[in-house]
Amino acid sequence: MALIKTSYGRRSFLKTSALAGGGMMLGFSWLATACESNQEETLTMPKEWFELNGFLKIGENGVVTIQSPNPEIGQNVKTSMPMIVAEELDIDWKNVIVEQAPLNTALFVRQLAGGSQSIRQGWTGLRMAGATARHMLKEAAAQAWQVPVDEVTTEAGVLHHKNSGKSAGYGEMASAAAKIAVPEEVKLKEVKDFKIIGTSRKNVDGPKIVTGQPLFGLDYKREGMLIAMIVHPPAFGMKLKSVDDSAARAMPGIKDVFTINTYNEDYGRQWCDTDAFNELVVVAGNTTWEVMNAKKALKIEWEAAPEQNIAVAGFTGESKDVKIPAGLENTSDHVAKMAEMGAKLAKVVRRDGDPETAFKNAAQVIERSYTAPFLAHSTMEPMNFFAHVTADKAELVGPIQTPEFMEKSVAARLGMPVEKIDIQMTRQGGGFGRRLYGHFVVEAAVISQKMNAPIKLVYTREDDITFGNYRPAYHATYRAAFDANKNLIAFHVRAGGIPESPLAANRFPAGALDNYLAEDWAVESNISVGAFRAPRSNFIAGAEQAFLDEVAEVMGKDPIAFRLELLDRAAKKPVGTENDYEAARYAGVLELVREKSGWGKDQKGVHRGVSAYFCHNSYVAQVIDLVLEDGKPIVQKVHCAVDCGILVNPIAAINLSEGGIVDGIGHAMYSAMTFKNGTPEQTNFDKYRLIRHSEAPKAIEVHFVKNEIDPTGLGEPVNPPIIGALANALYKATGKRVYDQPFQAISQVLG
Amino acid sequence: MATFNLNINGKKQQVDVDPATPMLWVLREHLNLVGTKYGCGIAQCGACTIHLGDVAMRSCQLTVSQVGNQPITTIEGLSENGDHPVQKAWLEHDVAQCGYCQAGQIMNAAALLKANPNPSDAEIEAAMHGNICRCGTYTRIKTAIKTAAG
Repeated sequence: MALIKTSYGRRSFLKTSALAGGGMMLGFSWLATACESNQEETLTMPKEWFELNGFLKIGENGVVTIQSPNPEIGQNVKTSMPMIVAEELDIDWKNVIVEQAPLNTALFVRQLAGGSQSIRQGWTGLRMAGATARHMLKEAAAQAWQVPVDEVTTEAGVLHHKNSGKSAGYGEMASAAAKIAVPEEVKLKEVKDFKIIGTSRKNVDGPKIVTGQPLFGLDYKREGMLIAMIVHPPAFGMKLKSVDDSAARAMPGIKDVFTINTYNEDYGRQWCDTDAFNELVVVAGNTTWEVMNAKKALKIEWEAAPEQNIAVAGFTGESKDVKIPAGLENTSDHVAKMAEMGAKLAKVVRRDGDPETAFKNAAQVIERSYTAPFLAHSTMEPMNFFAHVTADKAELVGPIQTPEFMEKSVAARLGMPVEKIDIQMTRQGGGFGRRLYGHFVVEAAVISQKMNAPIKLVYTREDDITFGNYRPAYHATYRAAFDANKNLIAFHVRAGGIPESPLAANRFPAGALDNYLAEDWAVESNISVGAFRAPRSNFIAGAEQAFLDEVAEVMGKDPIAFRLELLDRAAKKPVGTENDYEAARYAGVLELVREKSGWGKDQKGVHRGVSAYFCHNSYVAQVIDLVLEDGKPIVQKVHCAVDCGILVNPIAAINLSEGGIVDGIGHAMYSAMTFKNGTPEQTNFDKYRLIRHSEAPKAIEVHFVKNEIDPTGLGEPVNPPIIGALANALYKATGKRVYDQPFQAISQVLG
Repeated sequence: MATFNLNINGKKQQVDVDPATPMLWVLREHLNLVGTKYGCGIAQCGACTIHLGDVAMRSCQLTVSQVGNQPITTIEGLSENGDHPVQKAWLEHDVAQCGYCQAGQIMNAAALLKANPNPSDAEIEAAMHGNICRCGTYTRIKTAIKTAAG
């Protein structure tokens, strides 16, 4: 790709006039102060900024400010996205200041953190922003020097004309460049010419993080701001009956106690409006500590909630009715129900060949079932949001993965046009999918409107864990049929969950098998769920990859060689046309991890498991080296191979991969949300177990496939396969297969 | 309400609060030192770690009335220019993902190194056990602590 039309995303390139006096066109003061990059401290600020397009402005001294459009939840887009702009602008990274862009749907495309899509979907637009500005600078220089624009070259923020020997910094030409028309098409760099992309650049917020500067939503403060907290029903399946707030109202610092309905009954909900509890009790006061204490003084009666049918518009807009049953649910009933559903025919989603006959005629059949519990996202920063709603506008500031969607929800709830809703994004203390669901943004807006004051809504950790949009509980049954020569002749997966199925019927090994059957099922529940880092894949990858390990064992084959045989078949003679993976890239990561891990060379006392998966557009293969110390499994090393196309920022990509691995091992080993009579049995980190320092792998090595394919995401794909590798290594270490998460029971057995 | 004279990051500070108020909220809401984070409120996650004297403490469990004359150091006061060896090591290894827990991790690590300048891997794991990182930066934290130890 060398030349691209700038008509794509044209609205991003609406010209604006030069900005005087270093003023900001976008954003407002607190965010501008708190979210600017560290470099600002060492860079001299220009006297004047010239905006070349909505992504960047250049100072007369050559300093460049680049807007990072997407929400930052720890995936490091705030550094990586501006790097892409800087690359095509051809600027020295040392002269770049990064700012978090505000929500501005007229300027930016898809300001959403989810699905590992920020880099993938931002790629072309970010490159175009840089390339367009670079072209305008070249045009300005060509006009000033009276030379053909094609003879003007750039390098690290300096324009050159070889024949005349003239050169000028970007800053000197910025004023003139801002007056140049946006080009119809621009040249992008060749991958081989990249100087910033593919090099490690540290987190632009790093210095502020290590010195404790205000960055996060919970750190936000406004003059006259009140603190608000909510009380929600203690159990799923219950609702508010009555409140006696007399004691709470009399407590020091308390301003008001009232109830709110987050969404109106006739409101057509978006997919990200999920909230189990719509009517809430609110306590508002001066300080968090005072409000926390007043919450405890409320006397509240709860009652059973009736069944509900709610129309919800999906991600692409189509509406469907979601039934929320009545009743108080129990984990023990869920487990029994899932086993029952897994044992009977479900909805057939894909059938290749004649799997039923193949199973009937098989010499050997193996069948295994896998389960996983509900999980709470438990971001380290609990849910919170600032709101200041006045008669004619709403200002909202805080951590949200879906600002573009929540702007609409707030507008609908307040009865204001969307233009009057201003959402600013802070750095976010973790997302993992939880902050896709912004009921707390709407709650904050409603509370501020009611209080007629700026408020910050703060969830306690207990509120955060017990008012979740959890990872669903899952179940999968796998069957494999073999002929008398141990050839795999048919494969069957039946997967479901509460309240959704994790099945991905067109993923590997579909396409590699003549006889294949995939079914799914779901059981309704009133326990609210949502996307959780690598939705569905975060369970089904581990189950599938553990089952394939057993299949390879029956066949007497090496687990990597066995997978590569299947992938070879899928590449050369695929079954079906809907297969959702590229077999060659899938095989590529397996081959890379085989080489890098020294697979096949046994080390005494080291037990190995392998796994590979494709989801969210990236391919990942992993090998775990596990040892037993006093009978306790210790992950000594993880070898990880990734194909995510062009690597933008290696140090950040490695960090995010390490995190995905630690997160996957942690949840598979230790975490579970369980319910008794609708009540969460875990409310804080004393009982809700997260992985801790001593339980993390002792070393992680991450390797990337080198290619020139446009980049894909990394927030999710590294996470799911590790659970399969862990299960397979645990089997090698203990001789026992693990099927039910969390696996920590194995430690107790061994200990 | 009562008046308390506190020594925070080498500065004398006066606050008028309920004596049962945890230092976490005194720091965050009365003194505008928001680097100390709220994570769990029950001393299970370590995000609110500060130093009381030289000892790492969970500020969510330390009430303002328990502090007395003991000096308190928060992440904002760990060094004057953000150049404490632990802070430098954190930047060198680009430890943070979301970054929310890192102030607590740094404060805990700094107290560990003060008490034990050259900890073993097992000692690091034991000392850091109470600090959760949901993003999973544990391997980097350990490497950074070793770098800071020199």
